Amino acid sequence: MNEETIYALVFLAWLAGAAAFVLGLHQMNSPATARGGNRLSAGGMAVAVLATLIWLVVRPGGLGNSPLPLIIIVGGFAIGGGIGFVLARRVAMTAMPQLVSLFNAVGGGAAALVAIDDYIRGVSIGEMEVSTAIFVVLGAVIGSVTFSGSLIASGKLQGTVPGRPIFFPGSRLLTVVLALGTVAGFLLLVLSAAGVVALTPELGLIVLGLIVVAALIFGITMVLPIGGADMPVVISLLNSFTGTAAAMAGFVINNPVLIIAGALVGAAGGILTKLMADAMNRSIANIMVGGFGAGDGAAGDAGPGAEGGNVREVGMDDAAIQLAYAQKVIIVPGYGLAVAQAQHAVRELAELLEDRGVEVSYAIHPVAGRMPGHMNVLLAEANVPYPQLKEMDEINPEFDRADVALVVGANDVTNPAARSNPASPIYGMPILNVDHARSILVIKRSMRPGYAGIDNELYVNPKTGMVFADAKDGLNQLVAAVKLV
Amino acid sequence: MSPELLNALAIFVLAILVGFEVISKVPATLHTPLMSGANSIHGIVLVGAMLIAATADNPLSYVLAFVAVVFGAANVVGGYVVTDRMLQMFRKREMPPPRSDKPE
Repeated sequence: MNEETIYALVFLAWLAGAAAFVLGLHQMNSPATARGGNRLSAGGMAVAVLATLIWLVVRPGGLGNSPLPLIIIVGGFAIGGGIGFVLARRVAMTAMPQLVSLFNAVGGGAAALVAIDDYIRGVSIGEMEVSTAIFVVLGAVIGSVTFSGSLIASGKLQGTVPGRPIFFPGSRLLTVVLALGTVAGFLLLVLSAAGVVALTPELGLIVLGLIVVAALIFGITMVLPIGGADMPVVISLLNSFTGTAAAMAGFVINNPVLIIAGALVGAAGGILTKLMADAMNRSIANIMVGGFGAGDGAAGDAGPGAEGGNVREVGMDDAAIQLAYAQKVIIVPGYGLAVAQAQHAVRELAELLEDRGVEVSYAIHPVAGRMPGHMNVLLAEANVPYPQLKEMDEINPEFDRADVALVVGANDVTNPAARSNPASPIYGMPILNVDHARSILVIKRSMRPGYAGIDNELYVNPKTGMVFADAKDGLNQLVAAVKLV
Repeated sequence: MSPELLNALAIFVLAILVGFEVISKVPATLHTPLMSGANSIHGIVLVGAMLIAATADNPLSYVLAFVAVVFGAANVVGGYVVTDRMLQMFRKREMPPPRSDKPE
């Protein structure tokens, strides 16, 4: 086979991969086909990567005389793929959102490196077209912003970076200066490629280096002021950025599969970001400006306890009796339940109640946990029957008929202020109508406010009884108490 | 602009339009897996990293290509595996009772 035939076959394999990405992504729209869709997409990726490797080896000239390129490709794949595989298999489901963000970071980093490498080669042999220079800088900038931004987002979810919005003096000014500097550097390199400005190759590299550094810092200052509760939307947005960066890298090295897959993820990720923001009743622009919950942070520390003895605490036995003699109980799980690893305890309690003839269901807020759909994954892992998980629109009318709403580790998504108090930062966010239930039990460690940093008036509702305990301990004690009723 | 670039731009624009259409009404339950699935797809940049590794001929290029391959491979492998783990919850036996009135 001559080179042209081989390349045509490889090209067709890339095309097949790209088609698998589109079809796979489409199948992930529905629960019934989602897993198959992901596997189809993975198959397409395997075909594209293998075809590339075969092309590099069998094309005339192959990988040249040096064994180094093959070592880099195979060794690098083994190391990177191995790390990715182990992390993906070992991560606790509660920590999964930050891992996705980490994978997103390295994807963006890889796209930036491909673009940077091409620029270094181009200027060293004195060949740099205007269009290439544009795509190099776009790829390097977008990739770098995603790299550092996703690392910060991941750190915020992990807790290594404080989840609250962080501002420092002059942070907004710095962001503006960095953005302007990046644009100036971009123009300089493009004009240089066009021959309008004369830059030596060394100077061009220095400018590109400065642009990359500015973009890295920009990614950090962009994500730091955004509160942890908004991280899912930020990660989704950065995911869309990485897709765009990959497409830019595809333009740089003139590769169709990178362009197709990158543009696909860039656009689909953008739509998904919008869907997520809508589910939280937030606008993307609002989130990126940041500062959610910042204004109330100080007031939140005082807590409703400051209003006096309005909080009613109930003992385990009382709580157990309420639950055991109820006809209908709705469990509202939140992130607190997940971090305490109390999924299994809550399932045990639910089964115990069902044995006594109590009707039990779970109310899943769209953003329960740390990401949309996160809570469903956690409960499914604990073998909670899928039909018992009810989405917000379905369960909200049922609270009126519920005898007890049991809130475990959920806070902001139950706060009636979102319905009633226009001054509240979460006003307008769809919430679970927990306060419509005949009585309410809240298992909570303390009166500390939730992720948004604001007070929850549910806790001072006369219908509410507070059980102060760790989610897991509290549920286990409740299980023991219900057995004795 | 070269014909190659114009072709690439056409592909780019069409792929963006496909990306807008491919995601429609998604239940919130699937938002996270879908994002993670899309996250794996941009790991395709691994192909770009392999291509630059193949033509690298100086120490700096070797290092850049190596890091890019490691990053891209972690994105691809980790992304697909973690997405698959998330989607395990939709195993057949955990689906609600099948509705026979559905065509297809």
